[in-house]
Amino acid sequence: MEDLLALIVAKYNYWLYVVLMMIGLYAMIAKNNLIKKLVGMNIFQTAIILFYVSIGYKQDATIPIIQNAHGGQDAHNAVIHAADYINPLPHVLMLTAIVVSVATFGVAMALAVRIYQRYQTLEEDELRMRLVDIGPEE
Amino acid sequence: MDNYPALIVVTPLLAALLAGLAAWIKERLSYPIALIGLAISMFAAFKVLMQVMAQGTITYRMAGWAPPMGIEYSIDLLNAMVLMIVASIAFFNLIASYKSVVQETNDRAGSFYTIYLLFVTGLLGVTATGDLFNLYVLIEITSLTSYAMVALGDRDRGPLASLNYVFIGVIGASFYLLGVGYLYMQTGSLNMADVANILTGLHGSSTILVAFILCMIGIWIKMALFPMHVWLPNAYSYSPVAFARIVAPLMTKVMVYVMIRLMITVFGYDYIFETLNIADAVVWLATLAVLAGAIMALAQKNLKKMLTYIIVCEIGYMVGGAWIGNQLGMTGAILHILNDALMTFALFLAVGNMVYKLKTVDLIDLKGLFGKMPWTMAGFVLAAFSIIGVPPTCGFFSKWYLILGAFEAGAYHFAAALVISSLVCAVLFFKVFEICFFEPMSEGHGHGDLTPPVKIEEAPLSMLIVSGLVSLSLIVAGLYSGTIVNTVILPFLKLQ
Amino acid sequence: MKVLGFIIVCLTGALLLYGTGEFPDWGDPASPASTHLSNDYIEKVVEQTQVPNLVTAVLADYRGFDTMFETAVVFCAGLACFLLLRDFREKKERFYRHTPTGVILHVKDSKKILKTGKEFEHMDKDWVPTDLIIKTVCRILIPFIQIYALYVVAHGDFSPGGGFQGGVIFGSSLILLAISYDLKTLVQRVKEKVLGIFAAVGVLVYVGIAAICMPMGGNFLDYAALAPLLPGDPHHIRALGMLGVEIGVGIAVTAVMVIIYVNIVSEGRHDEGL
Repeated sequence: MEDLLALIVAKYNYWLYVVLMMIGLYAMIAKNNLIKKLVGMNIFQTAIILFYVSIGYKQDATIPIIQNAHGGQDAHNAVIHAADYINPLPHVLMLTAIVVSVATFGVAMALAVRIYQRYQTLEEDELRMRLVDIGPEE
Repeated sequence: MDNYPALIVVTPLLAALLAGLAAWIKERLSYPIALIGLAISMFAAFKVLMQVMAQGTITYRMAGWAPPMGIEYSIDLLNAMVLMIVASIAFFNLIASYKSVVQETNDRAGSFYTIYLLFVTGLLGVTATGDLFNLYVLIEITSLTSYAMVALGDRDRGPLASLNYVFIGVIGASFYLLGVGYLYMQTGSLNMADVANILTGLHGSSTILVAFILCMIGIWIKMALFPMHVWLPNAYSYSPVAFARIVAPLMTKVMVYVMIRLMITVFGYDYIFETLNIADAVVWLATLAVLAGAIMALAQKNLKKMLTYIIVCEIGYMVGGAWIGNQLGMTGAILHILNDALMTFALFLAVGNMVYKLKTVDLIDLKGLFGKMPWTMAGFVLAAFSIIGVPPTCGFFSKWYLILGAFEAGAYHFAAALVISSLVCAVLFFKVFEICFFEPMSEGHGHGDLTPPVKIEEAPLSMLIVSGLVSLSLIVAGLYSGTIVNTVILPFLKLQ
Repeated sequence: MKVLGFIIVCLTGALLLYGTGEFPDWGDPASPASTHLSNDYIEKVVEQTQVPNLVTAVLADYRGFDTMFETAVVFCAGLACFLLLRDFREKKERFYRHTPTGVILHVKDSKKILKTGKEFEHMDKDWVPTDLIIKTVCRILIPFIQIYALYVVAHGDFSPGGGFQGGVIFGSSLILLAISYDLKTLVQRVKEKVLGIFAAVGVLVYVGIAAICMPMGGNFLDYAALAPLLPGDPHHIRALGMLGVEIGVGIAVTAVMVIIYVNIVSEGRHDEGL
């Protein structure tokens, strides 16, 4: 029992992120409305971002901005302990991932607007029926 | 100078931005800028290939920092070969696309060239990079540009096909990103060579196993391996022709390259074939992909859709060849990257000519085409023979290596699937030939007879020249297969 | 479909959870991710680049190649929204409001264009009376938001900030103009051509700074090769190079944010929106 508790305390954040990812993935696959699928996509990508950022955390460490280093002059003299600052690399990677996710979301929204202009609906089963009405493909 | 590796990727990017500027200021400059950019990139890829063949693997440090702190390009023989293929096909496609872009996008040709160049930049970057996260960013550039382009084609069906492609593409890329995250968690590094070093001691870890599965599934989704191929037919059929001509030969093959790179360089042969024992299951999956692609192609009534299912079948060949596990199979898979890119490009060039003149490619509309468009059909016939696997075209040689590899490894089901699919392709293409050659040209061309008869003549000269060049190269690549295998592929495999 | 989705999700979730079995504990300072590369970054960045903000230093210098492509992704998203949605046709019907009486005219034929001025004003389909408080407060706030955005870009080296963050804040100030007044005000002040050119110029600044390093003798993106070109202390060259690329990123992100907003909200017609 104590082992289980220790295990949960050590790793609960990863389990939470996996649950979030699966909620997003389920929304993307199973929901009917296109906008709900988009929201699911956003949740899925955000959960992955949270997962990465949590990799970089160190206990009793502060944000990765070196203190007392304005202008860089006295930085040469001061000794920097690596244990005082959290890992900057996952933050850098996730800046990129957030921007990519926003860009994809923007393009997907533009596509949804185009679909609505053409078919006047955003439900997938309705769309399938209206596709059949248009007739055989060109 | 030794900046050629960076030039390959940066020149199309610069050309894309300049063409984007020109589209707002003076649209007629976009096309020359794009041509010059791709020509420089092709030249740089050629120089890099020569350098690598002469002196071995080149490494290039971005921003001057040594890996693993910085990003590094590590170009060996496999890289250089695929870079050359991508740059050349992109360049020749641009030459052939001038007229059809003007026809399909009317006043937005400048923006079309910008997105086209960004797509090529993404493909080149995916091939050249040696860093796992950089690979993800470049896969996303490729995907984003292709989402945009697919939606620009058919007015009715394009956006919906593109949105489905978006969802599946995002799932694939995110799985790959998660896999890299798991790898980073256990190794602490993102550089491919560095990770490979650290992984040699971590073979039993469950995290690494899950990371491998996630990366593979992500890449398989992006390369449209059956059963995750559902986005491919719609996306490629409804996109504008100038774009379908480049995305069909290149995008899935570059993803096959990524899979081979992950298998050989990052995870290593020992891990995949000895520690994990899933190679058999994957070869069965590839067999299913080959058969499913061939059978579904039989059921299609539209030429473009038929060709996209043949692509699904070809992806099955390459995945099966790579996972069979012996040198012959891997040689066949890598040779097939080159051959399949050329064959698919030739096929889509011919189809593009037909669409330019006919505006549609339902099989019923192709009656008697041979009389009206002889050169286009000649190119189409050559490409079809190559896909079926008739010597001396290149398709025969890569299939030969794959079948030999399958027999040596005892994977008789894969060899049988190869033979069956070749026969099915033969049936398919002879059906098309029969319609084109022997049926007389009907007046109202196709359904309804309400459309006024379209004046059908041969396609414009620029498209014909490129089409002819590429079809000839199929034979040349076939005749020189031995040279290619001995100078490029085998030395690469021997180094592993 | 729902059942299939549930099964896939359960299998994937189980696979991911199985993989977490051997993860290092949360916050463990001895985990591979916290010891292998990150110690080098933390200890060496300030002496090599003179930039205290480690995230900006890694983003714009060590892994600047990634950031360049990320900016290209942003540019591509803006271009895609423009290409997909932009509709240059004029709308057929217009609404006019007679200001003294409040009567609304619905003109269906677009050939008759009423002169707008003191008596008639052109209005959107969903028109609400203009709110003086909102308009005035936003008009006062927008310049301050823009100054703050410039501050965030410029101080990216020393405090949390950088090109992306500052660019988004600047873009949101312009979007605030569109929301508080109406879309036509924004479109008339910030022309579409200017936005398109700025988006391309921003990414060009980044790639240009990176590419200039090559003929100067260094590798691509190696800011140290720019030392002969820039005045000042050669130690600070990397910090200056980073500032240059961050400015490029900020310009591109601003323009693209506004392009995406304007095109999606007005469905490409640039006449009326939220």
